[in-house]
Amino acid sequence: MKEFLLDLLHNEALVYTLMALLPLAWVVPFALFAVWWERKISAHMQDRLGPMRTGGYHGWAQTIADILKLIQKEDIIPSAADRKLFILAPYLVFAGSYAAYAAIPFSAAYVGSGINIGLFYVISISSIVVVGLLMAGWASNNKWSLFGAMRSAAQIVSYEIPVALAILAVVMVAGSFDLQEINRLQSGWFWNWFLFQKFPFLFLGSLIYFVASLAEVNRTPFDIPEAESELVAGYHTEYGGMRFALLFLSEYANMFAVSAIAATLFLGGWNSPFGEWLSGPFWGVFWFLTKGMTFIFVQMWLRWTLPRLRVDQLMYVGWKVLIPFAFVVVIGVGFWVMAVR
Amino acid sequence: MQLFDLVFYVFALITLISGCVVVFSKNIIYSAFSLLFTFFGVAALYVLLHADFLAVTQILIYVGGILVLLLFGVMLTNNVISVDMKTGTIQAIPALIIAAVVAGTLAGLSYSTWRGVGVPAAGGPQTTTGTLGRMLMTSYVIPFEIASVVLLVALIGAAMTARRHRNS
Repeated sequence: MKEFLLDLLHNEALVYTLMALLPLAWVVPFALFAVWWERKISAHMQDRLGPMRTGGYHGWAQTIADILKLIQKEDIIPSAADRKLFILAPYLVFAGSYAAYAAIPFSAAYVGSGINIGLFYVISISSIVVVGLLMAGWASNNKWSLFGAMRSAAQIVSYEIPVALAILAVVMVAGSFDLQEINRLQSGWFWNWFLFQKFPFLFLGSLIYFVASLAEVNRTPFDIPEAESELVAGYHTEYGGMRFALLFLSEYANMFAVSAIAATLFLGGWNSPFGEWLSGPFWGVFWFLTKGMTFIFVQMWLRWTLPRLRVDQLMYVGWKVLIPFAFVVVIGVGFWVMAVR
Repeated sequence: MQLFDLVFYVFALITLISGCVVVFSKNIIYSAFSLLFTFFGVAALYVLLHADFLAVTQILIYVGGILVLLLFGVMLTNNVISVDMKTGTIQAIPALIIAAVVAGTLAGLSYSTWRGVGVPAAGGPQTTTGTLGRMLMTSYVIPFEIASVVLLVALIGAAMTARRHRNS
């Protein structure tokens, strides 16, 4: 991909900018679609219809209309807010969540940066989002925002540990941090996926990763940072218009990022599930996005099924359930890999 | 090589400016937040030196761990209990002496070694992860293990200190 663009344009700076902007062409339409999808799923699960008017067929243009409205809204900054940090925070949050896309392999031919430590990079760069959330919550100068930001940061920091341990188990099996290498190791039929390798350790690892990643992106049942009934809207209570849209966009970008990592680690990424059938760089994008969207669907499904956890239950699940099981997975996989060698 | 130079100067500038904000800002929250950009700039400089693993570790530990903890501390004391926390200048003369000694040492060090350091070889990114891992598990296994034991002791100590004492 990079070589092709270099041949075409003969300008390094331009090519790198283009490569960096390419995932945006997926993230923005995805967020628009996912908001609509979420509203439809919630509506159908509650025996409603959801948006039906805008655009004709099942209200498909509803979120496009919404975003046009948000762009036009007046830019309001509360007079008691810390102006500089209030303005900076949404950009920082979005930069953090978008930075993860630099290492996500969309296909055998396209990955923003094919760095050797891609997986490690994705885990670490998400910490910028935490700082951004804290900035948004603090700068709003509103107690709900501050509580939301604090809860969010505490939750993300706690659940990073089971996520990292589950990922470590996969890394031990693959022997690499390179996401493309991990994809290549899972090629062939679907039983080559890491989900079914070293059974049942990596299967358990995938469950731990999925549950902990729900907490990382503040989705129900772990949505106490923005619990509407307690905190109004959490860290983005004071945000409106375009800045709110940016925070919302980065939330959906984060959702897809963790789903994409789950798809790559456990479901074979861009590999076709049926051997050589419909495989190749272009079909790779299709398979990758399908697997990612499957995880997105499960996230939405859970959101409208499960009630919210309390703060103490949240910490209990993180520290006393997920982390011990994650250690079992790491040790089990470690011994297995050592014994096979 | 021109793109490389441009990227280097941009990140060096980010590091230096945000570092100055950390030191000179009167508002401790601004200091804490601009530390993010300092860490980020230093990580970027590591990447330019082909130390990719070190750069990512820098972000993971300093931004994800230490900075978040620092922000938590500042926010909980500053905004929730509404204690006014300001930074000011105290003990200027001893601080100046220490700063001068440290600056002199660093300048001496960089002067005596800078000739040996060349610009990293051009070409694709080289990997350092495997080499680092092998070195940690062979040549440097004892320092590595001692560091992990020290961390474990600190962890247990923190848990003991934070534990609620039962009134019997």
